[in-house]
Amino acid sequence: MTATTAASYEDSQRAAATRHRRVGARNGATGALFAAPFLVLFLVLFLAPLGYAAYLSLFQTKIVGGTTFVGLDNYLKAVQDPLLVRGVVRVATFFVIQVPVMLLLALLFALALDSGLVRLARVVRLGIFVPYAVPSVVASLMWGYLYGPDYGPFAQLSRAFDLPVPRFLSEGWMLGSLANVVTWEFVGYNMIILYAALRAIPGDLYEAAAVDGAGAWRIAWSIKLPALRPALLLALMFSVIGSFQLFNEPNLLQRIAPDVIDSAYTANLYAYTLAFTGQQTNYAAAVSFLLGLVIVIVSYAVLLTANRRRTP
Amino acid sequence: MTRRRSTPLTIAMLAALAYFLLPLFWLVVASTKSTEDLFTTFGLWFSDSPRLFTNIYGTLTHDGGIFAHWMLNTVVYAVVSALGAALLAAAAGYGFAKFRFRGHSAAFNAVLGAIMVPTTALAIPTYLLFAQVGLVNTPWAVILPSLVSPFGFYLMRVYAQDAVPDSILEAARLDGASEVRIFFRIVMRLLAPGLVTVVLFTLVATWNNYLLPLIMLNDPSLYPVTVGLASWGSQAVGGGSGANSDMLALLLTGSTLSVVPLVVAFLLLQRYWQSGLATGGVKG
Repeated sequence: MTATTAASYEDSQRAAATRHRRVGARNGATGALFAAPFLVLFLVLFLAPLGYAAYLSLFQTKIVGGTTFVGLDNYLKAVQDPLLVRGVVRVATFFVIQVPVMLLLALLFALALDSGLVRLARVVRLGIFVPYAVPSVVASLMWGYLYGPDYGPFAQLSRAFDLPVPRFLSEGWMLGSLANVVTWEFVGYNMIILYAALRAIPGDLYEAAAVDGAGAWRIAWSIKLPALRPALLLALMFSVIGSFQLFNEPNLLQRIAPDVIDSAYTANLYAYTLAFTGQQTNYAAAVSFLLGLVIVIVSYAVLLTANRRRTP
Repeated sequence: MTRRRSTPLTIAMLAALAYFLLPLFWLVVASTKSTEDLFTTFGLWFSDSPRLFTNIYGTLTHDGGIFAHWMLNTVVYAVVSALGAALLAAAAGYGFAKFRFRGHSAAFNAVLGAIMVPTTALAIPTYLLFAQVGLVNTPWAVILPSLVSPFGFYLMRVYAQDAVPDSILEAARLDGASEVRIFFRIVMRLLAPGLVTVVLFTLVATWNNYLLPLIMLNDPSLYPVTVGLASWGSQAVGGGSGANSDMLALLLTGSTLSVVPLVVAFLLLQRYWQSGLATGGVKG
């Protein structure tokens, strides 16, 4: 009796498993079909260019002798190239200075707007976000004119009050001026991400904390900040990518400050110059590839550091 | 419920707001001025002879109306890319969220890793590849790379996981609905808020894209407005000279015109993108 029950149970289990597998297989094929268009384009437009660049980066073209396979020579040349190293160091400096300022401002704004203590909160929130909708080309042109030492409004105001004219476009100030443009563009975007995460915190958590006698600061520190972790991490990842590939802003400010911003000011600007002005396609491919690699490594390093801190 | 408001905090936030809006205010003021007034009057206030409409007319008619052409190009590139990218991301996100298939997690991890590959580091390799197959200097050179949005895909997968209940899918299957019909009739509707977010953000990314069209296109009639304005920017350095003496006024008016559509779109669609962004941020 027990044996037959067990047997029939096993049978029914097996039957269910087969049925499940059949349904699963059909579903699986369907799922793959839904994913296929995206995955095919991903392969053709994402992986293929990377593969092609990797391939090109292994060759060198000389006027005499044509194209020859050189192995990793381009990479050896790149890591010793003072212009590239300088460009990478510069964007790394930019990252270390600009990103904390930007994320801290975004965090403060998000907490302030979420606290319910600010009047006109909706207007303020949308107003701070608006620069995100402004193309970086327009933002750079605009700030370029605002920075102008002759006719810019800051220069006009300084002269009106007999103060020294700020030299926003001078060598010493340029990285800060660029950081200001990027901060202006992206604080609002990051603020909205953090604000959305704050809104998603369930209200009973606050009530429970209030019952326990926690004040506003205590709630911000013990409930809001931990809840913001994933959103902050996401914002940080995008900032790594944004900083290290800095191109638009220096490319546009170059026109009004050609003595300060040269064609290798940032790593990406250098790769662009190599490919389109210098016609050094193979070397440019190696430099782009290397730059992408640097960004992926820094991103993972940031991610690992952040995750290790969470689980001591 | 009445809430306590803080005046010092409000003032601080209004000061921050001023910093973010002042450059745009300057831009709007500047687009009401002649090039001469731009140099002789105070930048943050209107001159005695505002001429916004003269400037707009000048911008739209300069060089045979090329500016309107650029705006149109931008709209076409951005809309096609955004809708295409959102549809692809939605289908793939749904496929990954609700089905298991061979290579499921390997493919997912590959795309996830691609979020970290910067688009501009990819731009030069893409250019080199497109030059080989003759796609350079065509609209496709700008649209195709914008169709693949790894982050949009990630967002749609996370969104589909919760927004599409399995019970609805099973009920529809029992009713004999085909998988394609289920996707377009039911799933797309459930994914709508997330879709709007992906559309909007791809739209902004394509609208604001500069490096990719800059390297891909050399025919000015194919330029999007960003590359077009940048080319006017080079002509306007130092206020322009001779035939270009009005270039600066045109550049600044054109910049204002190029900003308006996106700002309006964001203000009108705020309900959607604000809720959609929560998905990426909360679960990221």
